[in-house]
Amino acid sequence: MAKQVLSKANMIWSGLILALFLIVWVLMGAGIINSYYESTIFTICFNIILAVSLNLIVGICGQFSLGHAGFMAIGAYSAGIVTKMIPNLGGLLLGILIGFAISAIAALIVSIPTLRLRGDYLAIATLGFAEIIRICIQNMKITNGAAGLMGIPKLTTWPLLFFAVVISIVVCTNFVRSAPGRACIAINDDEIAAEAMGVNTTKYKVMAFVIGAILASLAGSLFANYFYVLNPNQFTFNKSIDILVIVVFGGMGSMSASVIAAIAIGLLNMWLQQFTDLRMIIYGAALVLMMIFRPQGILGTWELSIERFLKNRKLKKERA
Amino acid sequence: MEQFLQQLINGLSLGSIYALVALGYTMVYGIIKLINFAHGDVYMIGAYTAFFVTTYLGMGFLPALLVCMIVCGILGVLIERIAYKPLRKAPRITALITAIGVSYVIEYTTQFFMGTTTRTYPAILPTTTWQLGPVSISYIQMVIFSVTIVLMILLTLIVQKTKIGRAMRAVSADENAAKLMGISVDNTISFTFLIGSALAGAAGMLVGLYYNAATPLMGMVPGLKAFVAAVFGGIGSIPGALVGGLFIGIAETLVVAYGSSLYRDAIVYAILILVLIIKPTGLFGKNEREKV
Repeated sequence: MAKQVLSKANMIWSGLILALFLIVWVLMGAGIINSYYESTIFTICFNIILAVSLNLIVGICGQFSLGHAGFMAIGAYSAGIVTKMIPNLGGLLLGILIGFAISAIAALIVSIPTLRLRGDYLAIATLGFAEIIRICIQNMKITNGAAGLMGIPKLTTWPLLFFAVVISIVVCTNFVRSAPGRACIAINDDEIAAEAMGVNTTKYKVMAFVIGAILASLAGSLFANYFYVLNPNQFTFNKSIDILVIVVFGGMGSMSASVIAAIAIGLLNMWLQQFTDLRMIIYGAALVLMMIFRPQGILGTWELSIERFLKNRKLKKERA
Repeated sequence: MEQFLQQLINGLSLGSIYALVALGYTMVYGIIKLINFAHGDVYMIGAYTAFFVTTYLGMGFLPALLVCMIVCGILGVLIERIAYKPLRKAPRITALITAIGVSYVIEYTTQFFMGTTTRTYPAILPTTTWQLGPVSISYIQMVIFSVTIVLMILLTLIVQKTKIGRAMRAVSADENAAKLMGISVDNTISFTFLIGSALAGAAGMLVGLYYNAATPLMGMVPGLKAFVAAVFGGIGSIPGALVGGLFIGIAETLVVAYGSSLYRDAIVYAILILVLIIKPTGLFGKNEREKV
C-alpha cells in the first residue's frame, strides 16, 4: 500500500503541484500577480473544480446534467450565510460542510427520480431543478432574495483554494479508477449492457451525481468567500452552460482536459473582457463548430499521465 | 369566480402562444429526436421582425404576420441545414450542445446589433375590449385565439392530408424505412423545421404585441416553458402540444393571480419534473420500448 502511494509517478505529481503552488504564492506575495490577475487565477480555480466535478457526471457517467449551477448556488449561499455570522475560517468550514449536506440531499432528491430518464429528458429535468433552486433562493428571507448577500468576509486564500482544487481533482481521478468509477464508465458506454452485466445502474449514477454536486458546492462556498457579494442571477442556466462548455471543449471523460480547458477558457475570457457581447457570440459559434468538426473535444479522452511518460522513457532506454 | 374566469382567459391567451411554440418543439423532436434549444430564439426573431416591418415599413397586422412566419421559417431551415444536418448521426448530447450553441449565437448576435433596450410596437391593432358577462376580452387576446386556431387547423390539414405531411409522419415513425420508400428524408426534415419555425415566428409576433415588448433574451424562458408544454402533452404529439401549452399558460397565470408572481417560473419546472417522474411519455405520448 505504502509503496503504491509513494510511487515515482505520485512523487513527481506532488513535486510539480507543490512547485506550482509555491511559484504562484511567491509571485502573489511579491505583488507581481496583481489583484486583477489574481481574480482571474481564482476564477480559473473555481472553474476547474466545477469542470472536473461536472465531467464526472457528464463525461464519465454519461448523465447529461444542465443543473450544475444549482449545486454551486447551494454551496455559495450556505457558506455566505454562515460566514456572515461567524467571520473566520471555522465559520467557512462549517459553511462548506452545511453546503455539502444540503447539496448532497438536494442531489439525492434530484437524482433518484430523474436518473431513470435518459439523455435529453434528464438534461431538461436537471435544468428545471437548478432553476427551482435558484427561484427558491430568490424568494427566501435568509438569502435576502433578489438583492442577494453582501459583505461576505473574504476568507478564500490561495493556499485554501489550491488545496481544494487538488483535492477535487484527486477525488475525481481516483473515483474513475475505483470499482464504482468503472461501473460508471460501463454505464456511459452502454447502459443496457451494463445493466445486463449486473451493474446497479441507478446506484452508481446517483453516486457520481452526488459526488459531483458536493464538489460543485465546495466551489460555490469558496467562490462566495472570495467575491464578497452573491445574488441569485449569478447562478442561472448560463452558468451551468459555461461549466459544460469547459467540459466539452476539453473533452468529455478526461479530467486533465477539463483542467486545461478551464485554464484556456479563463485566459480567453480575460482577453475577451473588453468586448462582452462578442464573447457570447464567439462562445456559441465555437460550440457549434466544435461539435461539428471535433465532437470529442480538444483532447478527447486523453489523460495527462506521468506514469505513462515514465514507462515510455524506460522503454526507449531499453531499446537504446 | 369572476376573477377566476378572467384569469382563465388571460391564461388561455398566454397558453395559446406557448402552444404555438410547443408545436415546433414537438414536431422537431418527433422527427429527429433533438431538443431544439434555438427554437425559443426563432420566436424572439419573430418578435423583432414584427417590430421592423410594423415600425419601419408600416405594415398592417396580417402582412406583418406573414412576413414574420416566412422570415422565421427560412431561419429555421438555415439553422437545420448549417448546424444540425452534419450531426444527423452523432450522439444526442452532441446535437443538444450544438443547439445550445446556436441559441447563444442568435441571442447575442441580436443583442449585438439591437442593444439590450426593449423595443415597443406601433399601435397596429385597435385597443377595444369586449365585455362578455363578467369577463373582458381585449382585441389582441381575440387575435391570439383566432390566429392560434387557424394555424392549428392549417397544421393539422398539412400533416394529415398532404403528401409532405404523410412524409413527415413516415420519417418520424421510421427514418430508414421512409428512406427505402423513396422519401427524401433531408427535405422532409427541413420542411418540418420550416413549419415549426414559422409557427414560432407567429407566436413571437403575437407575444410582442401582447406585452408590447421585444428584447434579445425574451425567447429563453418561454422556449423552455413551451418545451415543458410539449413534454406535458406528450412529445411528438400535435394535440398534446396544444393541450400542454394551454395547461402551462393557465397554471402559470393562476399561480401569479392566487400565489406569488415570484414563483411563476418555478411552477412550470415543478410540473415538468412531476410529469417526467409520473408519466415521462406525457398525456398523449406513446410508450416506446427501447431495443438493444
